[in-house]
Amino acid sequence: MTATPATTASVRHVAIAGNPNCGKTTIFNALTGLRQRTGNYPGVTVEKKVGRFHGSHGEPMDLLDLPGSYSLQVRSPDEAVARDVLLGRREDTPRPDAIICVVDASNLERNLYLLAQMLELGIPVVLGLNMVDVAEQAGTHLDVAVLSEKLGVPVIPMIATKGVGLVELKQALSKVLPPPVHHAPMPGAIEREIANLAGQLNVRSDAARAEALLLLTIADHAHLAEAVGDRPGLVDAVTAARERIRGADLDPVASPVEARYAWIQGVCDGAVRKADQPLLSFSDKLDGYLTHPVWGWAAFLGIMVLMFVAIFWVAQVPMDWIDGLTGNLGNWVKAKVPEGDFQSLLSDGVVAGVGGVVIFLPQILILFFFLGLLEDSGYMARAAFIMDRVMSRVGLHGKSFIPMLSSFACAIPGIMATRTIENRKDRLVTILVAPLMSCSARLPVYSLMIAVLLPVASIWQKAGIMLCMYLVGIVAAFGMAWLFKRTLLKSETPMLLLELPPYRWPAFTSILLRMWERALIFLRRAGTVILALSIILWALLTYPKAGKVVENGVEREATPAEAIAQSAGGRMGHAIEPLIAPLGYDWKIGVGLIGSFAAREVFVGTMGIIYNIEDADEASEPLRDTMLAEKHPDGRPVFTPLVCIGLMVFYVLAMQCVSTVAIVRRETNSWSWPLFQIAYMTVLAWVGALVVYQGGRLLGFH
Amino acid sequence: MSEKPGTETIAAFKIGQRGRVVGFDLPPEQRLRLLEMGMTAGSEFEVVRFAPLGDPIDLKVRGYHLSIRKHEAAGILAARL
Repeated sequence: MTATPATTASVRHVAIAGNPNCGKTTIFNALTGLRQRTGNYPGVTVEKKVGRFHGSHGEPMDLLDLPGSYSLQVRSPDEAVARDVLLGRREDTPRPDAIICVVDASNLERNLYLLAQMLELGIPVVLGLNMVDVAEQAGTHLDVAVLSEKLGVPVIPMIATKGVGLVELKQALSKVLPPPVHHAPMPGAIEREIANLAGQLNVRSDAARAEALLLLTIADHAHLAEAVGDRPGLVDAVTAARERIRGADLDPVASPVEARYAWIQGVCDGAVRKADQPLLSFSDKLDGYLTHPVWGWAAFLGIMVLMFVAIFWVAQVPMDWIDGLTGNLGNWVKAKVPEGDFQSLLSDGVVAGVGGVVIFLPQILILFFFLGLLEDSGYMARAAFIMDRVMSRVGLHGKSFIPMLSSFACAIPGIMATRTIENRKDRLVTILVAPLMSCSARLPVYSLMIAVLLPVASIWQKAGIMLCMYLVGIVAAFGMAWLFKRTLLKSETPMLLLELPPYRWPAFTSILLRMWERALIFLRRAGTVILALSIILWALLTYPKAGKVVENGVEREATPAEAIAQSAGGRMGHAIEPLIAPLGYDWKIGVGLIGSFAAREVFVGTMGIIYNIEDADEASEPLRDTMLAEKHPDGRPVFTPLVCIGLMVFYVLAMQCVSTVAIVRRETNSWSWPLFQIAYMTVLAWVGALVVYQGGRLLGFH
Repeated sequence: MSEKPGTETIAAFKIGQRGRVVGFDLPPEQRLRLLEMGMTAGSEFEVVRFAPLGDPIDLKVRGYHLSIRKHEAAGILAARL
C-alpha cells in the first residue's frame, strides 16, 4: 500500500468527527464562530455544514462537520455522504486534508473505536482529547505523550467549553501532518482479504484499507448493495472474501471490531491509569433521582411543564410585540399607499403574510433554547430512556418523544427537531403525526367554540373540555403512528442503543448559535413559501370583488360579509357546503375553514368578518352571541353543542397551517409528503367531525 | 434460541449484577451495532437500573452507560461474574 506524500503546509480542508456527546459541536463553533454556512449536499437531502477558521499563521481553513457517529459503518444517508467524502468520492466536496477526531477523555475506550476506523483512512488525524477536566475529576490520569505515541497521531488535551486547547489544536493543524502510522492490526486471514480487495476498489490506495474493512463488516445484506454502488462485481468479491475468512475460523463482521477494541485496550493499558473509582459519580447519584420510578416522573413532568409554560407564556410577550409591530406596519401602509387593491395586497397580503412568518420566531427560539439545554445537559437522553417503552409500543424510538412533545407548543420546531432521528421512516412518521399534537394556534379556536358551546361555564369545565381536545390529539397521533409503521412506512422498531452521557453544564454560546442557525433556516426557507401562500389566500378572499348592492332600491357598498361571500374563497365555501353539511356546518363555517388553511387562528377573524363584528377575537361576547343566534335557512340553530364539539375535533385533526406545510416540505425535501399529510389529516378531520356530529345525533344529543 | 447449559441472557440479570458477554443470538445488524458500542465477547457489564416503566435496561459497559431494551437483552448471552 503506497501512501500519498504528506500534504503541504497549507491545510485547506479539514473535517471534524466524533461520537455524539463528545463536544464536537462545541469545538466546531469555537473554531468557526459565526463563519458557518449550512446548505445541502447536491443531490441528497443531507445537510452540509462548513465553517471557516484560521490556523496559527493566519492561513484559511475550511472545517466540514461530519455527523456524530459511533462508527464509520453506514446506516443513514448522512453517514453515507460522510463515508463518501472521507473516501474522496464526492465531486462537490474535496477529500479532507486532515481530520480532527474529537474524543471524550472520560469515556475513552468506546470513543477510540471511531478513531481506530479514522486511522485506516490514510488521512492525517489530530486527536482532540476533550473533557479532560471530567476525566481528571473521575480520578482518571491520562498520559498524553504515551497516548500520542501508541496511536501515532498528535493528541491535544482540550476543555472545549472553556476554550482550553483550541490554540494548540490550530497549531497542530498548521504543521505538516503525515498520514497515520499506526492502525489496529487484523488477524492474518483478514489482512490478506483486505489486500486482495484493495486492488478492486476505485479509491486511492491509502483509503483502500478503510473501504475494504467497511465492505467486509457489513452485517445487513441490504447495505451491501448501497456500499458497492455502481461496482456490482464487488458483491461477489466481498462474499467470497467473507467465506474465506469464515474458513479461517474467524467472523468477518465481528473479528475486525474485536481486533480494534483489543488494540484500543492495549493503548489504554499503557496510557490510562484509573484511580480506584468512587462508588457513585455525581451523574450516577443524580440519575438515582431523575430515573427513579417516583422522583423520575416528578422531575420529568416538572421539566416538561416548565418548557411548556416558557413557550406559551414567555413567548407571548415578544409575540404580542411582533403582532403590534405588524399591525402598525399595516396601518402605516394603509396611510401611505392610496386605497385600492395594491394597498390591500400590501397590508393584508404581504404585511400580514410576513407578520405571520415572523410571529413564529419567539416560539422557535425558545423551544430550540430548551432543546439545546436538554440535549447538552444530558437530560434529553433520560427523557428518551423514560419514554421509550411508550414509544416502542407504536414502533418508534424514545427519541421521537421530544419532537412530539414540542409540537404541543408549535409543530414547526417540533418537526425541525426530528433531525436527531436516524431512521428515515421513523423520522417521516414522527413528522407526519407531530401536527396532531394540539398546537398553541388551536387555542383561540377552542376558546371561541367553548364560549359558544357553554356561554356560562366555569374555568374547570372549560379546562376540562380543552384537556379532552388535547387527549384526542394525542390518541390520534399515536394511533396514526402505529398505523403508518404497520402499513405505509413499514419498518422494524429501531434498536434502542441509547447512551446516557454524564450530566454536563451546558455551553450557552453553543446553544445560542444553534438557535440562531435554526431560526435562519426557518426564515429563509419556510418564510418564502408561507409568504407566497398567504398572498394566494388573500387573493382568494378578495377576488372577485363585490359590486354595489341594491337594498330597498338604494345602492350601497357591500359589507365585508357580503364581499367575502362574493369572493373566490366565499364561493368555495358555498361549493364545499354539501361536503360539510353532514358535519352540521353551513357555508359560512366553510369559508372559515378555507381561510384557516393558512393558519388556524384566522378562523376567529374570518368569523368576525362574516358576522359583521368589529375587532373580533376569541373572547368577544358580541361574536359569541351572534354565532349562538345564527340559524340555518330551515330555522335550526347552526352552532349546536354537537357542532361546536365537532368543529373543535375538526381543528384538532386537520392540517391548517401553511407554515407547517412549508417546514415539512423543507425537512422531507419533496412536496409529496406535505401534500400527503394535508390529504390524510383532512380526511381524518372530516371523519372525526362526522363521527362526533352524526354519532352524537344518533345517541340523542343535538 | 440455542443456550449453552449454564449461560443465560442479560434479560435474566437483576440490578447490581455483573456479567461478561459470551455470545449473541440476534440478527446480524443488531449484533454488529452492539459490538461497535463495545459489547464484544469477553467484555464486562453491570446492570445499573431499569427505566421507570420497567424497560429499557441501563447497563454500564466499558465505563459508560448503554441502554438496551429487554427484548434486545434477551439476545445477548452472558456469564455471571
